[in-house]
Amino acid sequence: MPVARTHSIALVGVEGYPVEIESDIANGLPCLLLVGLPDTALREARDRIRAAIINSHEQWPQRRITVGLSPASLPKRGSGFDLGITLSILAAAGAVPPAAIDGVVFLGELGLDGRVRPVRGVLPAMAAAGCAGFGKAVVAQPNAEEAALVPGLRVAGAATLAGLLAWLRGELEAEDAGVVCVPDGNQSPDRPAMPGGAPPRAGREGGGSPATAGKSGPPGAVSAGPPGAVRAGPLGAVSARPPRPRPDLSEVLGQPTARRAAEICAAGGHHLSLLGPPGAGKTMLAERLPTVMPALDQVAALEVTSIHSVAGALPAGSPLMTEPPFCAPHHTATKAAIVGGGSGILHPGAASLAHRGCLFLDEAPEFARDVLDALRQPLESGEVVLARSGLTARFPARFTLVLAANPCPCAKGSAVRAACTCSPAARRRYLARLSGPLLDRVDVKVELLPVGRAELLSDRRFAEPSPVVAARVTAARERTAARLKDTPWRLNAEIPGSELRQAFRPSPSALAPLERAMDRGQISARGVDRVIRVAWTLADIAGIGRPTASETSYALGLWLGVGL
Amino acid sequence: MNPKDELGRAGEQVAAEYLERAGLRVLDRNWRSATGEIDIVAVERQVLVVCEVKTRSGTGFGTPLEAITRNKRARLRRLAAQWLVAHGVLFDEIRIDVIGLVRDKAGDFQIEHVRGVG
Repeated sequence: MPVARTHSIALVGVEGYPVEIESDIANGLPCLLLVGLPDTALREARDRIRAAIINSHEQWPQRRITVGLSPASLPKRGSGFDLGITLSILAAAGAVPPAAIDGVVFLGELGLDGRVRPVRGVLPAMAAAGCAGFGKAVVAQPNAEEAALVPGLRVAGAATLAGLLAWLRGELEAEDAGVVCVPDGNQSPDRPAMPGGAPPRAGREGGGSPATAGKSGPPGAVSAGPPGAVRAGPLGAVSARPPRPRPDLSEVLGQPTARRAAEICAAGGHHLSLLGPPGAGKTMLAERLPTVMPALDQVAALEVTSIHSVAGALPAGSPLMTEPPFCAPHHTATKAAIVGGGSGILHPGAASLAHRGCLFLDEAPEFARDVLDALRQPLESGEVVLARSGLTARFPARFTLVLAANPCPCAKGSAVRAACTCSPAARRRYLARLSGPLLDRVDVKVELLPVGRAELLSDRRFAEPSPVVAARVTAARERTAARLKDTPWRLNAEIPGSELRQAFRPSPSALAPLERAMDRGQISARGVDRVIRVAWTLADIAGIGRPTASETSYALGLWLGVGL
Repeated sequence: MNPKDELGRAGEQVAAEYLERAGLRVLDRNWRSATGEIDIVAVERQVLVVCEVKTRSGTGFGTPLEAITRNKRARLRRLAAQWLVAHGVLFDEIRIDVIGLVRDKAGDFQIEHVRGVG
């Protein structure tokens, strides 16, 4: 009785699980049975596969075919199994040599005409395949470059099923069969291995800790950018493209305090809230925050790319995202859009799409209150855990939150030009929409004042361009990383409170301003922790070993903010 | 008679001869009830075999075996029961077979016999 076996990957969130696809061809009336918890898209694979095989001029076995996907208890979704199912059926029918499909992972959707189509989530799936010990993978041609980001995996990108079969049988060479082979040699030799079973969670699980993984590649591979941040080194094609004109921090004129706050937040990964009238530059500043953040290191880039791959939001033409993402959802966004969700396939939300980057909530009080409060968990833990009846998915969500708000509904109110028509009660109600627990997690609160002509002109001389600020941020982050070398954290904002009070306790004199503020009831115990984190960032920016009273006082001022 | 009915009749004859050669005893052919028709009723050892014969002149519209749908199998099961009642006999085991025939250009039939489909 002919039974054949191929392999594919099922994705739950951004974690992949190897799936074994077995095909059995038995005597009986012609039919195709698909077992192993397939969803609707996967059940429809029966019709796609049959058409694709026949239109590729292959023989459809006129017998009873049973295809089993195991582990049978894992829900399997989507069309990516098409290729694996097809190959296992054809192998069971003897149309493909078993040796050619041994130890190969197949991932791709089939068109009715036999074309192999790209699917989402190829990078996390291939990372799981690499971890599971597979050495070879076949994906759709448009996915090949993305799949090849996984070290140690030989990737072939197939254009058509007919071509792929001819290549697997050894009838045609790869080029003639329309199969693009991306050899493992494409990878830089000491590229860090994807640690742990699931790449996005690796950062906090020891193993390949960020401290080691962030080390730079060979001297030639690192082009522009600071050491520790591989700027698309191995992927020459990406760095060769002319960079897009980027917004620059120096364009935010007249707001030196806000620019400084952006620098602090970028250096320490702290959350920021901007309060000010329209036109003061809140949105401008938020959009420029990613430009002062350092480029993503290899591990972070793979995490970010994995999430965007699952969301189907990868920018065309660049398989690896090396820039910190910026995500600015509209204030009508639902909870599922922000933290992720969905009943069948779980989709990452804006919080995860902004992982290792910046999540900007413009007009924050206009967001539904439950949407804002749903952010409290990712703000605390750096990940979103979505639980559904059949499965639990984890999406990393360690972002820098930027809230922007007008001071009141009429938005004219400000300390300088008091033309506000709102009643005090209306003002209070407006800002009370941002719940206390949420604001408690925002480390840096800045009030932006309307800018006059004189300030615009005079600030021109002092506004530094993004690269200058980014260099300081990078230097500060390096100092942080050196200090946090033996810990799983890489930013000051990530240090847990207990560690902060023991290993990273500022001197008693530096703590004095905080103790006084606490005695006055201005700040909570958690607030003290957060202020100390910002103080450490200020010390790292200044290049001094420990925060002094000046740093803690400044951090306290930023934490208390004005107006909120 | 339509050409397609002639083809079907010829196919049934070929199938019956094939079953006889294979050692089955044909009891009945083209038995009709209100709900349908059994092409061949035969006995193989102690097993009653209800056999559906499907003949096609080519596979342009699919193979004959593909034409046996879930509904058709259900109907054959019902008809088998009706045949037993009508003839007042009992069998310990009943089997439903399908014989698919494709006529090639020379006029010969290719026979495919699938046992126990329903």
